[in-house]
Amino acid sequence: MSKFKKSFHIKGRDFIRAGEASINVQNLLKSMDFDPRLIRRVAICGYESEMNVVMHGGDGSLSLEVDTDKLILEISDDGPGIVDIDLAMQAGYSTANDDHREMGFGAGMGLPNMKKNSDQIHIESNNGQGTVVRMIFFLPEGGKTD
Amino acid sequence: MKLSEIMETLDATLLTGEDKLDKIITRCGASDLMSDVLAAVSEDCILLTGLTTIQVIRTAMVAGVGAVAFVRGKTPPPEVVEMAGIQGLPLISSPYSMFVSCGRLHACNLTGLNGQR
Repeated sequence: MSKFKKSFHIKGRDFIRAGEASINVQNLLKSMDFDPRLIRRVAICGYESEMNVVMHGGDGSLSLEVDTDKLILEISDDGPGIVDIDLAMQAGYSTANDDHREMGFGAGMGLPNMKKNSDQIHIESNNGQGTVVRMIFFLPEGGKTD
Repeated sequence: MKLSEIMETLDATLLTGEDKLDKIITRCGASDLMSDVLAAVSEDCILLTGLTTIQVIRTAMVAGVGAVAFVRGKTPPPEVVEMAGIQGLPLISSPYSMFVSCGRLHACNLTGLNGQR
């Protein structure tokens, strides 16, 4: 398959639209006939990271890149950044507030869930300078499975 | 068991998904934490929750949940029901508490999300 890339805008603190970008990615991958289990993993990673941006990060974007041997999901935001990435990766650690918890999020499971569902995760963040999360999902040998 | 049998067990009303009443459900998850649902093997399960926000529907779509049951007689806003309808996700509402709803479904041999009873 030839290379393909599409980006979606994420609006900070817009809890009504939060998740739309990930659903768009999910639908896009479905239309390309990828393995449903792979689509689920990508959608979960996208959704968790999208919620992080909406809750903490300000405005941002989610992009999907389809390569011959992998899918790349990159989420970036212009928010306050992650002070301690190792701490944020620990299950249960959260800086969410009550509003986030009322939405069913903020239990400190987002980044651990993203790590679990992706093959590689790389987080770049500097305090006060936003965050970029890049996740890679390797395709089975020979490209996508139908 | 069929979704229609789950509805009888929970004395539930159907909010949307009339064409999905014969859907077979074998596993059940109960949570108000959407990340827990995303972290579990939740495909084709029924999700019991007290949350009625649009994020429940998006979580269910992303995780591949089979149906959502709102407990304690809760009913989500019309736009949430409409979105589930468009996506083909059945929604039901039960008057019972989370505890009683879980107990009733457990007694009908539904398992947890990991297959345990």
